[in-house]
Amino acid sequence: MVEVLISLLKITVIVFVFVMGVASAMTLLGDRKQSAKIQNRVGPNQAKFFGFSLFGFPHFIADGIKMVLKENIVPANANKFLHTIAPALVFMPALIGWSVMPFMDHFCTGTVQTLPDQNYTEICTGPGAEWKNYFSIMHMNSGVLFAFAIAAISVYGAAIAGWASNSKFSLLGGLRSSAQMISYEVSMGLSLAGVLMIYGTLNINEMIRMQGNLLGDWLPMWGIVIQPVAFFLFLLAGLAETKRAPFDLPEGESEIVAGYITEYSSMKFAMMQLAEYAATVFIAALVAVVFLGGWQFPYVYADGIRIFGGHWVPFGEEVWYWISIFLRIGAMVFKILFLVWLQFMMRWTLPRFRYDQVMTLGWKILLPLSIANLFVTALVLVIIW
Amino acid sequence: MGNVNVKQVDRVKQGLWEKSYIPEILRGLSVTAGHFFRNLSPNKSKRTIFTRDYPEEPTDYPDRYRGLHRLMLREDGQVRCVACMCCSTICPADCIHIEAGEHDDPGIEKYPDVFVIDELRCIVCGLCVEACPCDAIRMDSGVHIPPYTERSDAFYGRDLLMELGGLSQAKQGGDRSPS
Repeated sequence: MVEVLISLLKITVIVFVFVMGVASAMTLLGDRKQSAKIQNRVGPNQAKFFGFSLFGFPHFIADGIKMVLKENIVPANANKFLHTIAPALVFMPALIGWSVMPFMDHFCTGTVQTLPDQNYTEICTGPGAEWKNYFSIMHMNSGVLFAFAIAAISVYGAAIAGWASNSKFSLLGGLRSSAQMISYEVSMGLSLAGVLMIYGTLNINEMIRMQGNLLGDWLPMWGIVIQPVAFFLFLLAGLAETKRAPFDLPEGESEIVAGYITEYSSMKFAMMQLAEYAATVFIAALVAVVFLGGWQFPYVYADGIRIFGGHWVPFGEEVWYWISIFLRIGAMVFKILFLVWLQFMMRWTLPRFRYDQVMTLGWKILLPLSIANLFVTALVLVIIW
Repeated sequence: MGNVNVKQVDRVKQGLWEKSYIPEILRGLSVTAGHFFRNLSPNKSKRTIFTRDYPEEPTDYPDRYRGLHRLMLREDGQVRCVACMCCSTICPADCIHIEAGEHDDPGIEKYPDVFVIDELRCIVCGLCVEACPCDAIRMDSGVHIPPYTERSDAFYGRDLLMELGGLSQAKQGGDRSPS
Protein backbone atom coordinates (compact mmCIF):
# COMPACT_ATOMS: atom_id res chain seq x y z
CA MET A 1 0.00 0.00 0.00
CA VAL A 2 2.78 2.39 0.93
CA GLU A 3 4.60 1.48 -2.28
CA VAL A 4 1.53 2.28 -4.34
CA LEU A 5 1.21 5.66 -2.64
CA ILE A 6 4.88 6.40 -3.20
CA SER A 7 4.54 5.44 -6.87
CA LEU A 8 1.52 7.70 -7.27
CA LEU A 9 3.39 10.53 -5.59
CA LYS A 10 6.41 10.00 -7.88
CA ILE A 11 4.19 9.94 -10.98
CA THR A 12 2.44 13.12 -9.89
CA VAL A 13 5.61 14.99 -9.05
CA ILE A 14 7.67 13.89 -12.04
CA VAL A 15 5.11 13.77 -14.84
CA PHE A 16 2.45 16.24 -13.88
CA VAL A 17 4.41 18.79 -11.92
CA PHE A 18 7.86 18.74 -13.50
CA VAL A 19 7.36 17.61 -17.10
CA MET A 20 4.02 19.24 -17.73
CA GLY A 21 5.11 22.32 -15.83
CA VAL A 22 8.27 22.73 -17.86
CA ALA A 23 6.57 21.83 -21.14
CA SER A 24 3.73 24.27 -20.69
CA ALA A 25 5.96 27.01 -19.32
CA MET A 26 8.04 26.56 -22.45
CA THR A 27 5.04 27.47 -24.61
CA LEU A 28 5.27 30.90 -23.06
CA LEU A 29 8.82 31.39 -21.85
CA GLY A 30 10.62 29.48 -24.56
CA ASP A 31 8.64 30.32 -27.61
CA ARG A 32 7.61 33.87 -26.86
CA LYS A 33 9.74 35.45 -24.19
CA GLN A 34 13.02 33.84 -25.17
CA SER A 35 12.52 34.58 -28.86
CA ALA A 36 11.58 38.13 -27.95
CA LYS A 37 14.78 38.63 -25.98
CA ILE A 38 16.87 37.20 -28.79
CA GLN A 39 15.22 39.48 -31.32
CA ASN A 40 15.38 42.59 -29.11
CA ARG A 41 11.64 42.61 -28.51
CA VAL A 42 9.72 42.81 -25.25
CA GLY A 43 7.39 39.89 -25.80
CA PRO A 44 3.88 39.47 -24.45
CA ASN A 45 3.26 41.41 -21.26
CA GLN A 46 -0.20 42.91 -21.59
CA ALA A 47 -2.31 40.19 -19.95
CA LYS A 48 -2.30 41.04 -16.27
CA PHE A 49 -3.24 39.71 -12.85
CA PHE A 50 -4.51 42.63 -10.78
CA GLY A 51 -2.34 45.00 -12.73
CA PHE A 52 0.83 42.91 -12.60
CA SER A 53 2.13 41.50 -15.85
CA LEU A 54 4.31 38.87 -14.03
CA PHE A 55 6.69 38.47 -16.99
CA GLY A 56 3.73 37.72 -19.24
CA PHE A 57 2.72 34.63 -17.29
CA PRO A 58 -1.05 35.37 -17.43
CA HIS A 59 -0.84 34.98 -21.21
CA PHE A 60 -0.23 31.31 -20.66
CA ILE A 61 -3.43 30.94 -18.63
CA ALA A 62 -5.33 33.05 -21.14
CA ASP A 63 -4.11 30.70 -23.89
CA GLY A 64 -5.26 27.68 -21.93
CA ILE A 65 -8.72 29.14 -21.34
CA LYS A 66 -8.97 30.12 -24.99
CA MET A 67 -7.98 26.63 -26.14
CA VAL A 68 -10.53 24.96 -23.88
CA LEU A 69 -13.34 27.25 -24.98
CA LYS A 70 -12.68 26.94 -28.72
CA GLU A 71 -14.96 24.86 -30.89
CA ASN A 72 -13.70 21.37 -31.56
CA ILE A 73 -13.90 20.76 -35.30
CA VAL A 74 -13.55 17.40 -37.02
CA PRO A 75 -13.28 17.84 -40.80
CA ALA A 76 -15.92 16.30 -43.06
CA ASN A 77 -15.12 12.75 -44.19
CA ALA A 78 -12.31 12.51 -41.67
CA ASN A 79 -11.99 9.32 -39.68
CA LYS A 80 -13.46 10.65 -36.49
CA PHE A 81 -12.12 7.92 -34.20
CA LEU A 82 -8.53 8.11 -35.39
CA HIS A 83 -8.68 11.89 -35.63
CA THR A 84 -9.71 12.00 -31.98
CA ILE A 85 -7.19 9.54 -30.55
CA ALA A 86 -4.21 10.80 -32.58
CA PRO A 87 -3.35 13.67 -30.18
CA ALA A 88 -3.31 11.17 -27.33
CA LEU A 89 -1.04 8.87 -29.36
CA VAL A 90 1.38 11.75 -29.84
CA PHE A 91 1.10 12.92 -26.27
CA MET A 92 1.30 9.69 -24.28
CA PRO A 93 4.75 8.50 -25.46
CA ALA A 94 6.26 11.82 -24.46
CA LEU A 95 5.07 11.17 -20.90
CA ILE A 96 5.47 7.38 -20.59
CA GLY A 97 9.20 7.58 -21.24
CA TRP A 98 9.65 9.48 -18.00
CA SER A 99 8.88 6.35 -16.01
CA VAL A 100 12.52 5.25 -16.32
CA MET A 101 14.15 8.65 -15.76
CA PRO A 102 15.97 8.75 -12.43
CA PHE A 103 16.15 12.16 -10.78
CA MET A 104 18.49 10.88 -8.08
CA ASP A 105 20.32 7.73 -7.12
CA HIS A 106 18.35 5.19 -5.11
CA PHE A 107 17.92 6.14 -1.49
CA CYS A 108 20.20 4.23 0.87
CA THR A 109 18.73 3.28 4.24
CA GLY A 110 22.20 2.68 5.70
CA THR A 111 25.33 4.71 5.00
CA VAL A 112 26.80 5.27 1.58
CA GLN A 113 30.48 4.67 0.93
CA THR A 114 32.32 5.82 -2.16
CA LEU A 115 35.25 3.70 -3.27
CA PRO A 116 37.77 5.91 -5.11
CA ASP A 117 39.97 2.95 -6.02
CA GLN A 118 37.03 1.14 -7.67
CA ASN A 119 35.96 3.80 -10.16
CA TYR A 120 34.20 5.85 -7.47
CA THR A 121 31.48 3.26 -7.03
CA GLU A 122 29.02 4.05 -4.29
CA ILE A 123 27.95 1.18 -2.07
CA CYS A 124 25.26 1.06 0.57
CA THR A 125 26.54 -0.49 3.78
CA GLY A 126 25.24 -1.02 7.28
CA PRO A 127 22.94 -3.52 8.99
CA GLY A 128 19.91 -4.22 6.82
CA ALA A 129 20.82 -1.41 4.47
CA GLU A 130 19.37 -1.44 0.98
CA TRP A 131 18.73 0.83 -1.98
CA LYS A 132 15.19 2.23 -2.08
CA ASN A 133 13.92 3.51 -5.39
CA TYR A 134 12.39 6.84 -4.42
CA PHE A 135 13.55 9.10 -7.23
CA SER A 136 12.46 7.40 -10.42
CA ILE A 137 9.02 6.01 -11.14
CA MET A 138 10.26 2.59 -12.22
CA HIS A 139 13.58 0.86 -11.85
CA MET A 140 14.06 -1.00 -15.10
CA ASN A 141 17.09 -2.95 -16.24
CA SER A 142 16.50 -2.08 -19.88
CA GLY A 143 15.56 1.53 -19.24
CA VAL A 144 17.34 2.97 -22.27
CA LEU A 145 15.68 0.53 -24.63
CA PHE A 146 12.33 1.25 -23.05
CA ALA A 147 12.78 5.00 -23.40
CA PHE A 148 13.76 4.65 -27.05
CA ALA A 149 10.94 2.26 -27.84
CA ILE A 150 8.44 4.67 -26.33
CA ALA A 151 9.95 7.68 -28.07
CA ALA A 152 9.77 5.85 -31.40
CA ILE A 153 6.07 5.10 -30.93
CA SER A 154 5.13 8.76 -31.13
CA VAL A 155 5.63 8.63 -34.89
CA TYR A 156 2.40 6.62 -35.10
CA GLY A 157 0.44 9.49 -33.62
CA ALA A 158 1.79 11.98 -36.15
CA ALA A 159 1.21 9.63 -39.08
CA ILE A 160 -2.31 8.73 -37.94
CA ALA A 161 -3.13 12.39 -37.36
CA GLY A 162 -1.97 13.17 -40.88
CA TRP A 163 -3.96 10.38 -42.44
CA ALA A 164 -7.15 10.74 -40.43
CA SER A 165 -7.58 14.46 -41.09
CA ASN A 166 -8.70 14.00 -44.70
CA SER A 167 -6.51 16.86 -45.80
CA LYS A 168 -3.63 16.81 -48.25
CA PHE A 169 -1.55 19.15 -46.12
CA SER A 170 -2.03 16.92 -43.11
CA LEU A 171 -1.15 13.83 -45.08
CA LEU A 172 2.04 15.43 -46.37
CA GLY A 173 2.93 16.50 -42.85
CA GLY A 174 2.28 13.02 -41.51
CA LEU A 175 4.44 11.44 -44.23
CA ARG A 176 7.21 13.94 -43.66
CA SER A 177 7.18 13.41 -39.92
CA SER A 178 7.26 9.64 -40.18
CA ALA A 179 10.09 9.71 -42.73
CA GLN A 180 12.07 12.21 -40.68
CA MET A 181 11.61 10.49 -37.34
CA ILE A 182 12.50 7.06 -38.70
CA SER A 183 15.62 8.43 -40.43
CA TYR A 184 16.93 10.10 -37.33
CA GLU A 185 15.95 7.24 -35.05
CA VAL A 186 18.60 5.15 -36.81
CA SER A 187 21.53 7.48 -36.22
CA MET A 188 20.25 8.24 -32.73
CA GLY A 189 20.32 4.55 -31.82
CA LEU A 190 23.69 3.96 -33.46
CA SER A 191 25.32 6.91 -31.72
CA LEU A 192 23.95 5.56 -28.47
CA ALA A 193 25.34 2.10 -29.15
CA GLY A 194 28.91 3.30 -28.62
CA VAL A 195 28.00 4.65 -25.21
CA LEU A 196 26.22 1.43 -24.32
CA MET A 197 29.30 -0.59 -25.26
CA ILE A 198 31.40 1.46 -22.86
CA TYR A 199 28.98 1.38 -19.95
CA GLY A 200 27.91 -2.19 -20.62
CA THR A 201 24.47 -1.63 -19.13
CA LEU A 202 21.02 -0.58 -20.28
CA ASN A 203 19.97 0.53 -16.83
CA ILE A 204 19.85 4.31 -16.82
CA ASN A 205 20.62 4.64 -13.13
CA GLU A 206 23.63 2.36 -13.48
CA MET A 207 24.84 4.43 -16.41
CA ILE A 208 24.65 7.58 -14.35
CA ARG A 209 26.45 5.92 -11.43
CA MET A 210 29.30 5.00 -13.76
CA GLN A 211 29.54 8.61 -14.89
CA GLY A 212 30.47 9.52 -11.32
CA ASN A 213 33.94 8.15 -12.01
CA LEU A 214 36.71 10.75 -11.96
CA LEU A 215 39.41 10.42 -14.62
CA GLY A 216 42.79 11.22 -13.06
CA ASP A 217 40.85 12.19 -9.92
CA TRP A 218 39.63 15.45 -11.47
CA LEU A 219 37.79 14.99 -14.78
CA PRO A 220 34.21 13.66 -14.39
CA MET A 221 33.80 10.73 -16.77
CA TRP A 222 30.58 11.96 -18.27
CA GLY A 223 29.36 10.58 -21.57
CA ILE A 224 30.38 13.78 -23.32
CA VAL A 225 33.98 13.22 -22.24
CA ILE A 226 34.27 9.62 -23.42
CA GLN A 227 32.02 9.97 -26.49
CA PRO A 228 32.11 13.59 -27.71
CA VAL A 229 31.18 12.78 -31.30
CA ALA A 230 28.27 10.67 -30.21
CA PHE A 231 27.08 13.55 -28.04
CA PHE A 232 26.82 15.92 -30.99
CA LEU A 233 25.25 13.28 -33.22
CA PHE A 234 22.74 12.39 -30.55
CA LEU A 235 21.88 16.01 -29.81
CA LEU A 236 21.38 16.76 -33.49
CA ALA A 237 19.29 13.64 -34.08
CA GLY A 238 17.35 14.45 -30.93
CA LEU A 239 16.63 17.95 -32.23
CA ALA A 240 15.34 16.41 -35.43
CA GLU A 241 13.26 13.91 -33.46
CA THR A 242 11.31 16.63 -31.68
CA LYS A 243 10.18 18.07 -35.02
CA ARG A 244 11.05 21.59 -33.98
CA ALA A 245 12.93 24.21 -35.95
CA PRO A 246 15.38 23.94 -37.69
CA PHE A 247 13.86 20.52 -38.40
CA ASP A 248 10.21 21.59 -38.33
CA LEU A 249 9.51 20.36 -41.84
CA PRO A 250 6.53 18.18 -40.83
CA GLU A 251 4.71 21.34 -39.85
CA GLY A 252 6.50 23.84 -42.05
CA GLU A 253 4.17 26.82 -42.04
CA SER A 254 5.45 28.23 -45.31
CA GLU A 255 4.85 25.04 -47.25
CA ILE A 256 2.11 22.85 -45.82
CA VAL A 257 0.14 25.16 -43.49
CA ALA A 258 0.76 23.32 -40.24
CA GLY A 259 1.44 19.80 -41.46
CA TYR A 260 -0.30 17.05 -39.54
CA ILE A 261 -1.86 19.50 -37.07
CA THR A 262 -3.57 21.57 -39.77
CA GLU A 263 -7.04 20.17 -39.11
CA TYR A 264 -6.85 20.23 -35.35
CA SER A 265 -8.52 22.83 -33.22
CA SER A 266 -9.32 23.46 -29.59
CA MET A 267 -7.66 21.34 -26.92
CA LYS A 268 -6.63 18.68 -29.44
CA PHE A 269 -4.42 21.25 -31.09
CA ALA A 270 -3.08 22.26 -27.68
CA MET A 271 -2.28 18.61 -26.95
CA MET A 272 -0.33 18.31 -30.18
CA GLN A 273 1.64 21.40 -29.26
CA LEU A 274 2.21 20.29 -25.69
CA ALA A 275 3.37 16.90 -26.94
CA GLU A 276 6.03 18.65 -28.97
CA TYR A 277 7.26 20.56 -25.93
CA ALA A 278 7.09 17.45 -23.75
CA ALA A 279 9.16 15.60 -26.36
CA THR A 280 11.67 18.45 -26.22
CA VAL A 281 11.96 18.03 -22.47
CA PHE A 282 12.23 14.25 -22.83
CA ILE A 283 15.05 14.48 -25.37
CA ALA A 284 16.77 16.93 -23.03
CA ALA A 285 16.47 14.39 -20.21
CA LEU A 286 17.82 11.57 -22.42
CA VAL A 287 20.85 13.63 -23.42
CA ALA A 288 21.36 14.63 -19.79
CA VAL A 289 21.33 11.07 -18.44
CA VAL A 290 23.42 9.53 -21.20
CA PHE A 291 25.96 12.26 -21.90
CA LEU A 292 25.88 14.87 -19.16
CA GLY A 293 26.01 12.69 -16.09
CA GLY A 294 22.33 12.79 -15.18
CA TRP A 295 22.04 13.54 -11.50
CA GLN A 296 25.81 13.57 -10.98
CA PHE A 297 27.00 16.83 -9.50
CA PRO A 298 30.76 17.10 -10.19
CA TYR A 299 32.85 16.11 -7.13
CA VAL A 300 29.78 15.76 -4.93
CA TYR A 301 29.32 12.24 -3.61
CA ALA A 302 26.88 10.88 -1.09
CA ASP A 303 29.62 10.70 1.55
CA GLY A 304 31.36 14.01 0.90
CA ILE A 305 33.25 16.05 -1.64
CA ARG A 306 36.07 14.28 -3.44
CA ILE A 307 38.60 15.86 -5.78
CA PHE A 308 42.31 15.18 -6.41
CA GLY A 309 42.08 12.26 -4.02
CA GLY A 310 41.02 14.59 -1.19
CA HIS A 311 37.90 13.98 0.83
CA TRP A 312 35.85 16.47 2.84
CA VAL A 313 32.57 15.91 4.62
CA PRO A 314 31.01 19.29 5.32
CA PHE A 315 28.28 19.45 8.02
CA GLY A 316 28.73 15.79 9.04
CA GLU A 317 27.74 12.54 7.34
CA GLU A 318 23.98 12.57 7.99
CA VAL A 319 23.40 16.17 6.97
CA TRP A 320 25.68 15.88 3.98
CA TYR A 321 23.72 12.93 2.61
CA TRP A 322 20.60 15.07 2.50
CA ILE A 323 22.49 18.02 1.05
CA SER A 324 23.93 15.76 -1.65
CA ILE A 325 20.44 14.47 -2.47
CA PHE A 326 19.19 17.99 -3.06
CA LEU A 327 22.32 18.98 -4.97
CA ARG A 328 21.93 15.96 -7.22
CA ILE A 329 18.22 16.50 -7.91
CA GLY A 330 19.07 20.13 -8.59
CA ALA A 331 21.84 19.09 -10.97
CA MET A 332 19.47 16.83 -12.92
CA VAL A 333 16.81 19.52 -13.16
CA PHE A 334 19.37 22.13 -14.11
CA LYS A 335 20.81 19.93 -16.87
CA ILE A 336 17.37 19.26 -18.30
CA LEU A 337 16.43 22.93 -18.21
CA PHE A 338 19.74 23.92 -19.75
CA LEU A 339 19.30 21.47 -22.62
CA VAL A 340 15.73 22.62 -23.18
CA TRP A 341 17.01 26.18 -23.25
CA LEU A 342 19.71 25.14 -25.71
CA GLN A 343 17.16 23.52 -28.00
CA PHE A 344 15.12 26.70 -28.00
CA MET A 345 18.23 28.73 -28.70
CA MET A 346 18.88 26.45 -31.67
CA ARG A 347 15.40 27.11 -32.89
CA TRP A 348 15.95 30.86 -32.92
CA THR A 349 19.49 30.63 -34.24
CA LEU A 350 19.41 28.36 -37.26
CA PRO A 351 17.42 28.77 -40.46
CA ARG A 352 15.47 25.71 -41.35
CA PHE A 353 16.51 23.04 -43.76
CA ARG A 354 14.91 22.12 -47.03
CA TYR A 355 13.33 18.70 -46.84
CA ASP A 356 15.91 17.00 -49.06
CA GLN A 357 18.64 18.58 -46.93
CA VAL A 358 17.08 17.06 -43.82
CA MET A 359 17.13 13.65 -45.45
CA THR A 360 20.70 14.16 -46.71
CA LEU A 361 21.86 15.20 -43.28
CA GLY A 362 20.16 12.21 -41.72
CA TRP A 363 21.20 9.44 -44.10
CA LYS A 364 24.41 10.70 -45.69
CA ILE A 365 26.11 12.54 -42.83
CA LEU A 366 24.77 11.49 -39.45
CA LEU A 367 24.37 7.79 -40.24
CA PRO A 368 27.93 7.24 -41.63
CA LEU A 369 29.36 9.35 -38.82
CA SER A 370 27.55 7.38 -36.15
CA ILE A 371 28.60 4.08 -37.72
CA ALA A 372 32.20 5.31 -37.86
CA ASN A 373 31.94 6.41 -34.26
CA LEU A 374 30.58 3.02 -33.28
CA PHE A 375 33.37 1.26 -35.18
CA VAL A 376 36.15 3.37 -33.66
CA THR A 377 34.68 2.93 -30.18
CA ALA A 378 34.53 -0.82 -30.66
CA LEU A 379 38.11 -0.89 -31.92
CA VAL A 380 39.39 1.16 -28.99
CA LEU A 381 37.49 -1.01 -26.54
CA VAL A 382 38.95 -4.18 -28.04
CA ILE A 383 42.48 -2.77 -27.87
CA ILE A 384 42.28 -1.33 -24.35
CA TRP A 385 40.22 -4.00 -22.60
CA MET B 1 18.25 42.00 -78.69
CA GLY B 2 20.77 43.97 -76.78
CA ASN B 3 23.55 42.55 -74.80
CA VAL B 4 22.49 41.40 -71.41
CA ASN B 5 24.98 42.36 -68.79
CA VAL B 6 25.73 39.24 -66.86
CA LYS B 7 27.74 39.50 -63.72
CA GLN B 8 29.49 36.35 -62.69
CA VAL B 9 29.37 35.94 -58.96
CA ASP B 10 31.86 33.57 -57.49
CA ARG B 11 30.45 31.05 -55.14
CA VAL B 12 32.10 31.22 -51.77
CA LYS B 13 33.74 27.87 -51.28
CA GLN B 14 33.05 26.38 -47.89
CA GLY B 15 36.05 25.01 -46.13
CA LEU B 16 36.06 22.01 -43.86
CA TRP B 17 35.56 24.38 -40.92
CA GLU B 18 32.21 25.62 -42.24
CA LYS B 19 31.16 22.25 -43.56
CA SER B 20 31.57 20.58 -40.20
CA TYR B 21 28.65 22.74 -39.03
CA ILE B 22 29.41 22.63 -35.34
CA PRO B 23 31.85 25.58 -35.00
CA GLU B 24 29.61 27.73 -37.17
CA ILE B 25 26.53 26.70 -35.22
CA LEU B 26 28.36 27.62 -32.02
CA ARG B 27 29.23 31.00 -33.54
CA GLY B 28 25.58 31.61 -34.38
CA LEU B 29 24.56 30.46 -30.92
CA SER B 30 26.98 32.90 -29.35
CA VAL B 31 25.34 35.75 -31.25
CA THR B 32 21.80 34.84 -30.22
CA ALA B 33 22.83 33.95 -26.68
CA GLY B 34 24.62 37.30 -26.46
CA HIS B 35 21.40 39.09 -27.33
CA PHE B 36 19.43 36.89 -24.95
CA PHE B 37 21.62 37.54 -21.92
CA ARG B 38 22.16 41.21 -22.72
CA ASN B 39 18.41 41.70 -22.79
CA LEU B 40 17.99 39.86 -19.51
CA SER B 41 20.35 42.23 -17.73
CA PRO B 42 18.74 43.98 -14.76
CA ASN B 43 20.35 47.24 -15.86
CA LYS B 44 17.87 48.53 -18.40
CA SER B 45 20.35 50.84 -20.07
CA LYS B 46 22.50 47.85 -21.04
CA ARG B 47 19.66 46.11 -22.85
CA THR B 48 19.21 46.45 -26.56
CA ILE B 49 15.41 46.46 -26.35
CA PHE B 50 14.34 49.99 -27.13
CA THR B 51 10.62 49.47 -26.67
CA ARG B 52 9.04 51.78 -24.12
CA ASP B 53 6.16 50.40 -22.04
CA TYR B 54 4.22 53.46 -23.00
CA PRO B 55 1.33 54.06 -20.64
CA GLU B 56 3.19 52.59 -17.65
CA GLU B 57 6.40 54.39 -18.48
CA PRO B 58 5.72 57.96 -19.66
CA THR B 59 7.61 59.40 -22.57
CA ASP B 60 9.87 62.44 -22.25
CA TYR B 61 8.40 65.16 -24.39
CA PRO B 62 10.79 67.61 -26.02
CA ASP B 63 10.74 71.20 -24.79
CA ARG B 64 8.77 72.50 -27.73
CA TYR B 65 6.28 69.66 -27.71
CA ARG B 66 2.75 70.73 -28.67
CA GLY B 67 0.22 69.09 -26.41
CA LEU B 68 -3.13 70.09 -25.00
CA HIS B 69 -4.07 73.74 -25.35
CA ARG B 70 -4.23 76.00 -22.35
CA LEU B 71 -5.52 79.51 -21.85
CA MET B 72 -3.22 81.88 -20.03
CA LEU B 73 -4.38 84.09 -17.19
CA ARG B 74 -4.04 87.71 -16.28
CA GLU B 75 -2.52 88.65 -12.95
CA ASP B 76 -5.98 88.86 -11.42
CA GLY B 77 -6.90 85.38 -12.64
CA GLN B 78 -9.05 86.47 -15.54
CA VAL B 79 -8.55 85.02 -18.99
CA ARG B 80 -6.00 86.85 -21.12
CA CYS B 81 -7.87 86.16 -24.31
CA VAL B 82 -9.46 89.25 -25.90
CA ALA B 83 -11.62 87.29 -28.34
CA CYS B 84 -9.88 88.74 -31.37
CA MET B 85 -10.71 85.57 -33.34
CA CYS B 86 -7.18 85.35 -34.79
CA CYS B 87 -6.76 81.77 -33.66
CA SER B 88 -10.13 80.55 -34.85
CA THR B 89 -9.54 82.31 -38.18
CA ILE B 90 -6.15 80.76 -38.82
CA CYS B 91 -7.05 77.32 -37.52
CA PRO B 92 -6.85 75.00 -40.55
CA ALA B 93 -8.98 72.39 -38.86
CA ASP B 94 -11.58 74.92 -37.80
CA CYS B 95 -11.64 73.53 -34.30
CA ILE B 96 -11.79 76.71 -32.20
CA HIS B 97 -15.18 78.22 -31.48
CA ILE B 98 -15.26 81.64 -29.78
CA GLU B 99 -18.22 83.75 -28.81
CA ALA B 100 -17.12 87.17 -27.66
CA GLY B 101 -18.68 88.98 -24.72
CA GLU B 102 -18.30 92.57 -23.60
CA HIS B 103 -16.01 93.06 -20.67
CA ASP B 104 -17.01 95.22 -17.69
CA ASP B 105 -13.56 96.74 -17.59
CA PRO B 106 -13.44 99.58 -20.14
CA GLY B 107 -9.70 98.95 -20.57
CA ILE B 108 -10.47 95.50 -21.96
CA GLU B 109 -12.74 95.55 -24.92
CA LYS B 110 -13.84 91.93 -25.24
CA TYR B 111 -13.41 88.61 -23.57
CA PRO B 112 -14.43 85.13 -24.71
CA ASP B 113 -17.83 84.28 -23.33
CA VAL B 114 -17.57 80.86 -24.91
CA PHE B 115 -14.23 79.38 -25.93
CA VAL B 116 -14.39 75.76 -27.03
CA ILE B 117 -11.63 73.74 -28.67
CA ASP B 118 -12.55 70.43 -30.25
CA GLU B 119 -9.44 68.41 -29.46
CA LEU B 120 -10.53 65.65 -31.81
CA ARG B 121 -10.45 68.01 -34.78
CA CYS B 122 -7.27 69.75 -33.71
CA ILE B 123 -4.34 68.75 -35.90
CA VAL B 124 -1.83 70.06 -33.34
CA CYS B 125 -0.22 72.41 -35.87
CA GLY B 126 0.37 75.22 -33.39
CA LEU B 127 -0.81 77.99 -35.73
CA CYS B 128 -3.23 79.32 -33.11
CA VAL B 129 -0.31 79.88 -30.77
CA GLU B 130 1.58 81.70 -33.52
CA ALA B 131 -1.43 83.83 -34.37
CA CYS B 132 -2.32 84.91 -30.85
CA PRO B 133 -1.33 88.59 -30.38
CA CYS B 134 -1.47 88.51 -26.60
CA ASP B 135 0.03 85.15 -25.54
CA ALA B 136 -3.37 83.92 -24.44
CA ILE B 137 -3.33 80.46 -25.97
CA ARG B 138 -0.47 78.05 -25.68
CA MET B 139 0.10 74.38 -26.40
CA ASP B 140 2.96 73.85 -23.97
CA SER B 141 0.91 72.19 -21.24
CA GLY B 142 3.12 69.14 -21.62
CA VAL B 143 0.02 66.94 -21.58
CA HIS B 144 -0.56 64.46 -24.33
CA ILE B 145 -4.04 64.71 -25.85
CA PRO B 146 -5.75 61.76 -24.19
CA PRO B 147 -8.04 59.29 -25.94
CA TYR B 148 -11.74 59.92 -25.45
CA THR B 149 -14.58 57.47 -25.10
CA GLU B 150 -17.27 60.17 -25.38
CA ARG B 151 -17.12 62.65 -28.23
CA SER B 152 -18.38 65.37 -25.91
CA ASP B 153 -15.38 64.86 -23.61
CA ALA B 154 -13.14 66.17 -26.38
CA PHE B 155 -14.74 69.62 -26.30
CA TYR B 156 -12.54 71.62 -23.98
CA GLY B 157 -14.37 74.65 -22.64
CA ARG B 158 -12.92 77.93 -21.46
CA ASP B 159 -12.82 77.11 -17.77
CA LEU B 160 -11.19 73.75 -18.33
CA LEU B 161 -8.56 75.33 -20.55
CA MET B 162 -7.98 78.03 -17.94
CA GLU B 163 -7.38 75.39 -15.28
CA LEU B 164 -4.44 74.17 -17.35
CA GLY B 165 -3.23 77.72 -17.86
CA GLY B 166 -0.97 79.95 -15.81
CA LEU B 167 0.38 83.45 -15.62
CA SER B 168 2.08 84.85 -18.69
CA GLN B 169 5.30 86.81 -18.56
CA ALA B 170 4.26 88.92 -21.53
CA LYS B 171 2.99 92.44 -20.84
CA GLN B 172 -0.47 93.01 -22.17
CA GLY B 173 -1.14 96.30 -23.91
CA GLY B 174 -3.79 98.92 -22.99
CA ASP B 175 -4.26 100.99 -19.91
CA ARG B 176 -6.52 99.07 -17.61
CA SER B 177 -7.14 101.80 -15.06
CA PRO B 178 -10.23 103.98 -15.75
CA SER B 179 -9.10 107.42 -16.86
